[in-house]
Amino acid sequence: MGNDKIKHSVLTGFLLHLHPKKVNSEAIKYTRTFGLGGINILLFVILAFTGLLLRFSYMPTPERAYDSIVSFQNNTLFGSLIRNIHHWSAMFMVITTFLHLLRVFYSQSIYYERKKNWYYGLILLLVVLAFNFTGYLLPWDQLSYWAVTIMTNIIEYVPFVGEWLANLIRGGEIVNENTLLNFYNFHTALLPILSTVFVVLHFWLIRKAKGVTVANNNEQKMVNVNPALISKEVIVALFTLAVVIFIGLFFNAPLLEKANPMVSPNPSKAPWYFLGFQELLINLHPIIATLIIPSALTFFFIFIPKVSIKNEKVGRWFYSEKGKRIIVYSVLFAVVTTSLLILILEYWLHLNKLDIPLFISTGIIPLFMYLIPAGTFIFILKKKLKADKIELILALATIIFTSYIVMSFVGIWLRGEAMHLIF
Amino acid sequence: MKRRNFFKKIILGIVGIETGYLVFDSFKKKKKKAVSRDLFEAGRIDSFEKNRMYPFNSGKFYLSVFENGGMLAISIKCTHLGCIVQPDNDGFLCPCHASAFDKHGEVVSPPATRALDIFPIVVSDGKILVDTNSPIKRKGFKKSQLTFV
Repeated sequence: MGNDKIKHSVLTGFLLHLHPKKVNSEAIKYTRTFGLGGINILLFVILAFTGLLLRFSYMPTPERAYDSIVSFQNNTLFGSLIRNIHHWSAMFMVITTFLHLLRVFYSQSIYYERKKNWYYGLILLLVVLAFNFTGYLLPWDQLSYWAVTIMTNIIEYVPFVGEWLANLIRGGEIVNENTLLNFYNFHTALLPILSTVFVVLHFWLIRKAKGVTVANNNEQKMVNVNPALISKEVIVALFTLAVVIFIGLFFNAPLLEKANPMVSPNPSKAPWYFLGFQELLINLHPIIATLIIPSALTFFFIFIPKVSIKNEKVGRWFYSEKGKRIIVYSVLFAVVTTSLLILILEYWLHLNKLDIPLFISTGIIPLFMYLIPAGTFIFILKKKLKADKIELILALATIIFTSYIVMSFVGIWLRGEAMHLIF
Repeated sequence: MKRRNFFKKIILGIVGIETGYLVFDSFKKKKKKAVSRDLFEAGRIDSFEKNRMYPFNSGKFYLSVFENGGMLAISIKCTHLGCIVQPDNDGFLCPCHASAFDKHGEVVSPPATRALDIFPIVVSDGKILVDTNSPIKRKGFKKSQLTFV
């Protein structure tokens, strides 16, 4: 096996060529990557194929979009299944992309020669979100119409450029046939091209960095990629495929009644992966929620891999024993602080009633109600636990990830009529 | 910088700007410029009673006629996140996130922070015409916003 003399077909040869001939046995353990990158690329392929099939029936106009999807579901062989698989794969892809980001971040795989790939990864995360968001509108039902209305109106709140940007995205002041055409073109032409380019670069940079990071670099045991890695990839791929098909068989992709621009449902929510963001806007002044926090996060994520880290720490899960503890504390801290602050702002503190400018009462004050505990927490980690720079970054990033997850959870499940908490 | 690199960057820059311009322009041109003067015909002046509110769904506004005879064409689009407000008691209520507005469109209860937009009203030939393509943003209600016949 793995003999040089085996003749492969062109396609097999090409696929094998994506990998090196030999690979470190540590790098191909399931617990190293959980196959997340591979799952993402498989989902991308599944989405491309099912999307292609959907595209044969879909009509990108407000009059016909909804009916074309209903007719595809009812009249095309396996129509429902194809649409379900497309829908669920897209939902999973948001999650697996996020998990993939967590994996590379927590296993210290973003430094030195992998720095660039972290940036390409962030771009790909944005591409995945853009794919999802543009696809969200296409069914043109009440769910999609109002979710996109809400989301583009959130963009309007961005100071200085918001309105211009929102009108550009929508092709006008409201969500209408121009928006549908824009989104359709992005979803089925521009984004597929963009993502293909970035995925190729992402792959190439992995090869250039000599593959996946491994914790202990001195005892290298090299094994043949074929079959050691290939067999594992096939197992992960078959498992993913099985899950997607199984869920597609039993759970229908949502399709409410046709979009009615005159009737807003109660409540109206942004797509679920943006609900953490909408939650931010519910609790904080728009300038802070749509400009200051997003730009601060962008700078933070660009800054992370520029920090210098000791070579022997690269590839180590959670950096150190102390790092593990710090991450657990950070998760607990963020869950408690975020949920408490949401409860306080909902039930006890009505800051907008104060007689001072809204930017201070609903912006600066609640922001500092979060930043002061977070700052104190970080300070304690530094003083008491003597956390180093990377451990502090782990703590900060963990607080950010956890807060976003908590806010999304609240937005998805705990907000009911008029976006009030349901209890 | 070498001459070759200099030219390469200039050419790439020009191509980039041109491509960017093309993309943005293809977005923009969908804006209907010429049609924007179309006015929405609400009806004859004498068909409106004082102290009442008339919904014009296809024009996306509520025509409110107040006690003193002043009129406002109030946009149905909530200034919070763009949902459609519904008439409620003496004002408007947004079903999405519970913003409430009074009869003049001023915010009574958040999350909305800005009064509902209004549209300019033109009276001609005994008819009330509303310019639904040019919403006017406003902080709050002022007497000067009213149109009298």
